[in-house]
Amino acid sequence: MAINSVWVFSQAAGGAPTTGTLELLTKARSLTSNVVAFVGGDASAIAGVLGEYGATKVYATGDLAGKLPGPAVSAAMKAVIDGGDSPSVILFPQNYEGRDTMSRLSVKLNRTVLTNNIDIADSADGVVATTPIFGGNSLVTAAFTGEGPHLVSFRPKSFAAESAGGSAAAVVAAAVPELGTTGTAKVLAVHLEESSGPKLDEAAVVVSGGRGLGEASSYSLVEDLAKLLKGAPGASRAIVDAGWVPYSYQVGQTGKVVKPAVYIAAGISGATQHMVGMKGSKTIIAINKDKEAPIFGVADLGIVGDVHKVLPQLIELLKSRG
Amino acid sequence: MCVKQIPDPATPGALDGSTHALKRDGKLILDESDAYGVEMALQLVTTAGSGEVSIVSMAPNGEMSGMRTALAMGAAKGVLVSDPALAGSDALTTAKVLAAAIQKMGAADLIIAATESSDGYTGTVPEQIAEVLGLPSVTFAKKVEISNGVLKADRQSEAGYDEVECPLPALISVTAGVVEPRYPSFKGIMAAKAKPIETFTASDLGVSPAGWAGAGQKIVSVAQAEARQAGEVIEDDGTAFNKIVSFLENLKVI
Repeated sequence: MAINSVWVFSQAAGGAPTTGTLELLTKARSLTSNVVAFVGGDASAIAGVLGEYGATKVYATGDLAGKLPGPAVSAAMKAVIDGGDSPSVILFPQNYEGRDTMSRLSVKLNRTVLTNNIDIADSADGVVATTPIFGGNSLVTAAFTGEGPHLVSFRPKSFAAESAGGSAAAVVAAAVPELGTTGTAKVLAVHLEESSGPKLDEAAVVVSGGRGLGEASSYSLVEDLAKLLKGAPGASRAIVDAGWVPYSYQVGQTGKVVKPAVYIAAGISGATQHMVGMKGSKTIIAINKDKEAPIFGVADLGIVGDVHKVLPQLIELLKSRG
Repeated sequence: MCVKQIPDPATPGALDGSTHALKRDGKLILDESDAYGVEMALQLVTTAGSGEVSIVSMAPNGEMSGMRTALAMGAAKGVLVSDPALAGSDALTTAKVLAAAIQKMGAADLIIAATESSDGYTGTVPEQIAEVLGLPSVTFAKKVEISNGVLKADRQSEAGYDEVECPLPALISVTAGVVEPRYPSFKGIMAAKAKPIETFTASDLGVSPAGWAGAGQKIVSVAQAEARQAGEVIEDDGTAFNKIVSFLENLKVI
């Protein structure tokens, strides 16, 4: 089973394609020369970069006018497929809009989905995708057994984004058909929770805090240390669920995947759910009271100690050095 | 409320040697991430002043203990789709089965699910159910209100959140932490034992092919990932911060 064409569910933020989109385009062009970027929204401003990273054609729905992308973009994709242009594989990012669109499309096309993957290949078993399980200790490779288009989603940072030096791709309109009741949810307002400093999933240094901090007010230690190291503060799911910090701080299976040069885990035991999101860091430093904590199994430097003692000492010393 | 009964996360997970499916033969418990949705459903019914919460679940082996937890929290009744033929079902089949069970129960004003399960975390089933039933949906809702038949929710986004409005009937998936789940009271636990749980098979619901036959995917290999090596672990004697600083210096971070 050969891969003849690949679509990439493509997103933009701040007038540029997202890093995740460029990662998937880079992978797509290693599978086939026939790479199509499918944009839920207006694509005129981003077609240049999409082409540079390997898209030879761009489908764009145009402004969604407050409709949620899940029902709208999946319906637009279905219309193009029904019109005769059916790809072998559609790549989605493992994020809110990617998951919703893939889910809706899977029902419309009656196709299975493979999610949370880190790799894809065209093999003797057909199209196969690989996903890490048990916190990344095992890798499961699964093959699609039915007809395409195969729907598959990928964790962030599964592939490195590299420009192919391609020229701007032609934009073709892919209008959203009448959605009926599925399209009745409307976005009334958009709220941004932008933090100052580098973005969590792009920072060279990430300092994350967990339940071991004891109380919400101690999280300022994590923020102070992150700032001194020009890094971003992160969090375990436990303290996000407890309401200490917003969800956008969460590192892990259900949060962000980070691969910084240095990851400092303060008061984090290392639940599977967390480890999945940070195990790809180049260097890991862990501070935790419990010497049996799983986090020490992946740490390059582990300090068995109290974060309330170690962090203030560390912050003081770094401040004194200027 | 759609719930999943999963193996206790405190015990290490394992794959079946021949099917490579996650082993689910032991006692199953209510997925912790579903407790938030159950609580949300109970609170919405209280606010509305009328109505009741029903629990829908699918399990290959007739397991009900996780559903009883939800009933003990205050849900009125349950529907379990249980059928050995469902073992190995993919997310799409699961969604078709749950959607059929929801239809069988009668018109629901609101269908709630967690964003993803804690054991399989495919994360597509809620939105697939909405599509099967032809309903609008608000996924990843972190705040939910209903007034005059219209749902308003704050939906998680990459950069913050969106305020979304949606007419009922609809489906929502709720994030952990959306509400604080109550602990079942002793009275609730006792009452739950007498609450009805109706059981259906896949063929009762007219869903086929189910299980491995309908999955559209097969596992071709399971391999050990390259393990990360543990480094140096030291006990803090009051000077460990110096060790961290020299470590960061070596990495040229400072």
